[in-house]
Amino acid sequence: MSEVAVKEKEPLFSKKNKKLITDPLNDTNPVTIQVLGICSALAVTVKMDAALVMSMAVLAVLIIGNVIVSLMRNMIPGKIRIIVQLVVVAALVIIVDQVLKAFVYDVSKQLSVFVGLIITNCIIMGRLEAFALANKPWASALDGLGNGIGYGVILVVVAFFKELFGSGTLLGYEIFGNATDMTGLYAMGYENNGMMLLPPSSLVLVAIYIWIQKSRNPSLQEGH
Amino acid sequence: MAINKESNVYTVVFATLMVVIVGGLLAFVSSSLKPIQEDNVRNEKKQLILKAIGSEETKSITREDAGEQFKKYVVERLILDYEGNIIEGTRLTNETPVDIKSAKDAFAVDLKKEYKKFVQPLTNKYAGTDLVDELTKETNIHYPLFICEVNDKKHYVIPVMGKGLWAGVWGYIGLESDARTISGAVFDHKSETPGLGAEISKDFFSDQFIEKTIVDESGKYTPIKVVKPGTGVTQPYVDGISGGTFTSVGVDEMMNRTLAVYHKFFQREEGRQLLTNI
Repeated sequence: MSEVAVKEKEPLFSKKNKKLITDPLNDTNPVTIQVLGICSALAVTVKMDAALVMSMAVLAVLIIGNVIVSLMRNMIPGKIRIIVQLVVVAALVIIVDQVLKAFVYDVSKQLSVFVGLIITNCIIMGRLEAFALANKPWASALDGLGNGIGYGVILVVVAFFKELFGSGTLLGYEIFGNATDMTGLYAMGYENNGMMLLPPSSLVLVAIYIWIQKSRNPSLQEGH
Repeated sequence: MAINKESNVYTVVFATLMVVIVGGLLAFVSSSLKPIQEDNVRNEKKQLILKAIGSEETKSITREDAGEQFKKYVVERLILDYEGNIIEGTRLTNETPVDIKSAKDAFAVDLKKEYKKFVQPLTNKYAGTDLVDELTKETNIHYPLFICEVNDKKHYVIPVMGKGLWAGVWGYIGLESDARTISGAVFDHKSETPGLGAEISKDFFSDQFIEKTIVDESGKYTPIKVVKPGTGVTQPYVDGISGGTFTSVGVDEMMNRTLAVYHKFFQREEGRQLLTNI
């Protein structure tokens, strides 16, 4: 009943596997090209540190979730596969949330509800459904790693500009001087851009990112 | 025999097994991490109380050290009712260790729960003197008071609890030994907007309260207003957060409502005695 296929062993970092990591960083970026996970990219990008921790949390959930679903791919009944994936993701997110609360309490307070919202992050369900269900654990782990980093890069880039121009700081360090004491650039009449603190500004920043990305890589452009 | 993965029996068995395994795993993780998490929350509360005293000495205490340092600085704790009377048997000194299960321990009072269950239904429905009447009738609301001593000087730390834009906001207000002048304040929140309402937890906001008084010259209770930056009002005020109006209004409301109780307490015999026994 089980087929005994003799396959050549694939090297751990074959060309195909490397592509699994590099593609999501650019050509198939989950945020800018597939436009998934936009919701959290808008919400947790006001401060760099929150964006970093959020990226790490998504990365961890994505890799572990991908591996677990990939390991179970031959057991999961097709009828309830989405539910199974959801349970795996939800369980992982709850564990991540509990661990953050116990060991990095301050960070978990900052992220508050957004950790729980990783469950609904479309990137995770998307990768489980599109990749992990049909591929081996190692390839799925690499795919998770690539997509997690692809997501994280966007978050950090957006957060960089939002924190810099919204609060005049980076990772909490004052770059332009102190706004309340009116020192540095503020003494010369510079003001923080309040809109940068609000979610809509992320849309503008993500759009600019997509613009730059697509103009550098014409193959990504549609309608030609 | 090959198992038919698409059969209903297989699906049901798979789902049942999965739920049991995942449920068990989550229960295990949650119960094994719970003591650490609860410690974090308690130590943070202690840290905030010590920070609210406003003295340089207690400001820098970290969350990890707060557990130990708490009993050194907080010499007495008690619970008041809305009229400002000490509830019987709740006056404890630092020789009694904190017992979070005891209803008589001021540290154990769960303000968040009381606010949601008893205060909020009233503040949603009533205002002004009606609200005062209703709050007087409600005996389920407790008002803890922490009496601290730093460098032989007494301080009173008052916890406050209210609501911001998205969820709860709370804080601790420290009073000087005269029980009129604010010596320190800290605020925290559950999920206010980062960069806007969430700014209330920053020092630049809470430090504005320092040296403001909660009574006017004639001794009448005058709440400190949190107003839009630049608005002139006659009573003591601090600047609210621009873009965080709802959060600022929440801070204003909770301080106004709660400090009134403690003001009543310090007008009473027991409260006055506290002030003279330095």
